[in-house]
Amino acid sequence: MSERVHEGLVTLREMPRRGMITLRGDLGDRTLRRAVEAGVPMPERGRLTVAGARMAAWMSPDELLLMAPHEAILADIATLRTALAGSHHLVEDVSDARCLMRLEGEAVLEVLAKLSPVDFRDFGEGRFRRTLLAQVACAIGMVSPHTVDLIAFRSVTDYVWAVLENANDRAAPVGHF
Amino acid sequence: MSTRLKTGGRLIDRTRQVEFSFNGKRLKGLAGDTLASALLANDQMLMGRSFKYHRPRSVVTSDASEPNALFNLGQEGQFEPNARGTMTELFDGLEAASQNHFPSLEFDVGAINARFARFLPAGFYYKMFIHPRPFWKHIYEPFIRQSAGLGKAPKARDASTYEHFHVHCDLLIVGGGIAGLQAALTAGRAGREVLLFEQTPHWGGRAVVDGAVIDGQPAEAWVTAALQALEAMPNVKLRARTMGAGVYDHGYALGYERLSDHAPGAPGPRHRLWRIRAGHIIAATGAIERPLSFAGNDVPGVVLASALRDYVVNWGVSLGDRTVIVTNNDDAYRTALVLKDAGLEVPAIIDARAAGGGALADEARKRGVRIETGKGINQVKGGKRVTGVSLCAQAGEGAALEEIACDCVAMSGGWSPVVHLWSHCGGKLLWDAEAAMFRPDPARGPTGADGMPFVTTAGAASGPMTTAGVLADATEAAGGGDVPFAEEPAAAPLEPVWMMPQGASYKLRTKAWLDFQNDVKVSDVQLAAREGFESVEHAKRYTTLGMATDQGKLSNINGLAVLANELGTDIPAVGTTTFRPPYTPISMGSIAGEARGEMFQPLRKTPMHDWHAANGAHWEPVGHWRRPYTFLRAGESVEEAVAREVKNTRQALGLLDASTLGKIIVKGPDAGRFLDMMYTNMMSTLKPGRCRYGLMCSENGFLIDDGVVARLGEDTWLCHTTTGGADRIHGHMEEWLQTEWWDWKVYTANVTEQYAQIAVVGPNARKVLEALGGMDVSAEALPFMAWADGTIGGFAVRAYRISFSGELSYEIAVPAGQGRALWDALLEAGEVFGVMPYGTEALHIMRAEKGFIMIGDETDGTVIPQDLGLHWALSKKKDDYLGKRAQARTHMDNPDRWQLVGLETLDGSVLPDGAYAVAEGTNENGQRNMQGRVTSTYHSPTLGRGIAMGLVHKGPERMGETLTFPKVDGTEVSARIVSPVFYDPDGEKQNV
Repeated sequence: MSERVHEGLVTLREMPRRGMITLRGDLGDRTLRRAVEAGVPMPERGRLTVAGARMAAWMSPDELLLMAPHEAILADIATLRTALAGSHHLVEDVSDARCLMRLEGEAVLEVLAKLSPVDFRDFGEGRFRRTLLAQVACAIGMVSPHTVDLIAFRSVTDYVWAVLENANDRAAPVGHF
Repeated sequence: MSTRLKTGGRLIDRTRQVEFSFNGKRLKGLAGDTLASALLANDQMLMGRSFKYHRPRSVVTSDASEPNALFNLGQEGQFEPNARGTMTELFDGLEAASQNHFPSLEFDVGAINARFARFLPAGFYYKMFIHPRPFWKHIYEPFIRQSAGLGKAPKARDASTYEHFHVHCDLLIVGGGIAGLQAALTAGRAGREVLLFEQTPHWGGRAVVDGAVIDGQPAEAWVTAALQALEAMPNVKLRARTMGAGVYDHGYALGYERLSDHAPGAPGPRHRLWRIRAGHIIAATGAIERPLSFAGNDVPGVVLASALRDYVVNWGVSLGDRTVIVTNNDDAYRTALVLKDAGLEVPAIIDARAAGGGALADEARKRGVRIETGKGINQVKGGKRVTGVSLCAQAGEGAALEEIACDCVAMSGGWSPVVHLWSHCGGKLLWDAEAAMFRPDPARGPTGADGMPFVTTAGAASGPMTTAGVLADATEAAGGGDVPFAEEPAAAPLEPVWMMPQGASYKLRTKAWLDFQNDVKVSDVQLAAREGFESVEHAKRYTTLGMATDQGKLSNINGLAVLANELGTDIPAVGTTTFRPPYTPISMGSIAGEARGEMFQPLRKTPMHDWHAANGAHWEPVGHWRRPYTFLRAGESVEEAVAREVKNTRQALGLLDASTLGKIIVKGPDAGRFLDMMYTNMMSTLKPGRCRYGLMCSENGFLIDDGVVARLGEDTWLCHTTTGGADRIHGHMEEWLQTEWWDWKVYTANVTEQYAQIAVVGPNARKVLEALGGMDVSAEALPFMAWADGTIGGFAVRAYRISFSGELSYEIAVPAGQGRALWDALLEAGEVFGVMPYGTEALHIMRAEKGFIMIGDETDGTVIPQDLGLHWALSKKKDDYLGKRAQARTHMDNPDRWQLVGLETLDGSVLPDGAYAVAEGTNENGQRNMQGRVTSTYHSPTLGRGIAMGLVHKGPERMGETLTFPKVDGTEVSARIVSPVFYDPDGEKQNV
């Protein structure tokens, strides 16, 4: 698959598939924390953590999204399941259920604010949240300053691209943030 | 005549000419003009026609409240009707056309209505067109539709683009006059985060025109300094050309930014809709001047006194050489001074107050202006232009005292605070008798989640009409601080004047306009009151007062005062009509934002979507998915393609893209117990490696979804849902887990999109899988209703031996990223076995041939499993499942319910979908009794005739009986009640 790029208010890039795991469980449980922290620090509410090529993002009080290079995902799942065996948990591969876009540039929040009803005033590096992008569900995380990764469902990849590209119109700066 | 003055005009640039056209005539204006000021500069006073009587109309205001100067703007994709000339910034090439006239603005045949005005009173349409009844639909309505309407509806596709912008702020201030600026300065200095909107391109509002002096300097200088100070504050954001359109619950507000209305064709969006979540909102929205109700107050050349000042001061335009000013307050005297300064004549100021005015009146008198106190206007002379006024005593009935020749009349009936944003979300008003105005009642504001008001008004919007009062109120509204010093000439009190003269004769009242656009006069509101329309809301709808595009900005208060007088009550007892957003109309495009064309709605695509598109897919929308209804081949009709796919699948090999089916993982120590509650049948006893078809009911017992459940492991199940049910059922599960059974140890995950799923169906299904090679798919290794993980053709797959067609069938799931590759591999390997993909219609026909139900066809939210003969799927062993209790209620457990049967037409034709079977007799409404209806109906290519399923009264007991189904063409068709299983009743084909 050829990944799309669009230069506008920011650089918008369709990213190759990334390994993603839905982990549900008691996030306060020591076994679970240890299993997660073997790869990446445990994220706090509303945040993501990064360690090398791995990321962990807080999805809800009992759910994390763990990310890793796609080729590592099956091994990661097996490791997690082994580590969590005996405790109540759910570990599922959702890598293929998602699309991934990256937005880079100073105006990154301004582009997103055209589509998402998020309070971006304190959305700095390390923040992660689920929200809407126009009419579809998505999750956004600021992985580094002025760089946001946006995760949405695979089936709406073209829609997500279209609304992002549209919002990224160079002739439509807002100048608010 | 109206003309450009030699000097003045603070907003125009006399060095830059702008060309535009009006009704095809080429005209010249200046940069900084509005369309209205430019037309006036060209002596184009006549700008449109009124709605009902087609009376000549010109501007009456200079701002957003304009009811008259409405235009069709632009052409084709940039066409826009009902644009207010007062709010339209002039640009090179602007094309404007006047509205509501035929054949031309100057000569309009519809104006004949005005001659018959006495026959067109309030409620005329209701009274006239009610009899004879059939005339409405066939004669009256088409005629009225032809003649009614102001602007034309756009015909071309909108060439502009639009966008939304979501923003959160501590404090939203709407209005960039001195009140808004002072509020922003106060809040900004206190460190609050402020967003300040101004609907026009210019800051400062009225104060700069009205000559206010703030902190010893002219208002204009103060405004400039304030803007500089605000721009230097990082916590304050300013936005001009942006209107605060509406205030909604919880501090939600809409802003309407007009980015390129003044520069059409500029790249980027035309409008931007700001969707704001504000901690608090300050409405510094100013006030609107009220007209006075005297005969002929609608003649072009009669304007609000403040608007006339605006035209002279802002755009250097005069509406006439001789202006008579008529007022009940001191403010209008400012107009006299401005006109005198511009060298124009003011033959008289007619002050309805017996005692006259204060300091401003003295100054006018000093400048030599004649002032008539205790007087009013009996009538304005002139048709398309004012030629003069006749005077009368305000206290009398209107005996003419004297005529004064003039070509402009400036009127002022006092000021009404713009309370719209305060009121949108429930802020209440109180009547200030002294100032004769409704103003916000600070004790009864629109309350937020904390029970405290989340909107505050500031400045004139709160009631104060003096510069000092406005600045003090604005400072207070923003939390308090230093108030700039302003001095005001001592004013005499206003005297309410709701009719001029006070005892105007009927003849005069029929010519005194309240609502200029909709032609509602004083006499109409009085008639409505006499006919019993006592509520202001009823009177509004009966007379159409305030229902024009300006939504009563000028007419509201005057109208309800007239109503109150006629009812013999006071104004607060009548109250106002409801203030609803938006403040002035906003474009439909801005509401839609980006949602148009390919972005109108998200379109979900399966991993095989592109293959389908490239191979003749005739699409069917299923939820937001597009699924192939059938794959058309060259020269084929849709019906032929469907028949080919059904036959081929039954005889050889079919492939179905089943990726859209919902897939929900349910895992945990309590998962079995949970699924036993979710499904009517027993899922906890399912063995790992096996599948079971299950039904789901709502707590009211009605069937809501069905699908095959596979047990993946000791504590893990996979639930398949219908395509449309995936998100809904996942939500349904989570709702029960989170709100009722929060202590059960169950996790769910919706993995619908993780997997592509391909149904491999038909007698050759096993052969193609074996040809690809890999896992053992034999009947022994993978029996009917079993599943197994393995590889096929090198793909890691999960294979389910399930069938929705009645044929030998496997559903093969792979990670979505490999779906297309597996699809291609199956097509290639299947070639020798006669492979052919099939669409949803073939799927539907094959399941109907087998008598399988479809959620949404056999169910409609009122159907329970018992109606469908699915008793076998209702576990008797379980204490409970969702719906069990409801299904025991008497009307559910009732032999009179319509139940599922097959239907076979005697002539082999296809029953119409949804057709009803008639019974003897009629019901209490005189309609024929019914005894059943068709739920699914198809032509079966397998059987070569029509087959159907339906719900029939006591159906299963009536096998072999014939029912009659009337068709919409008046004919009838007979069908026999048969078993719903038309094909392979013993299931031999699927179980091989």
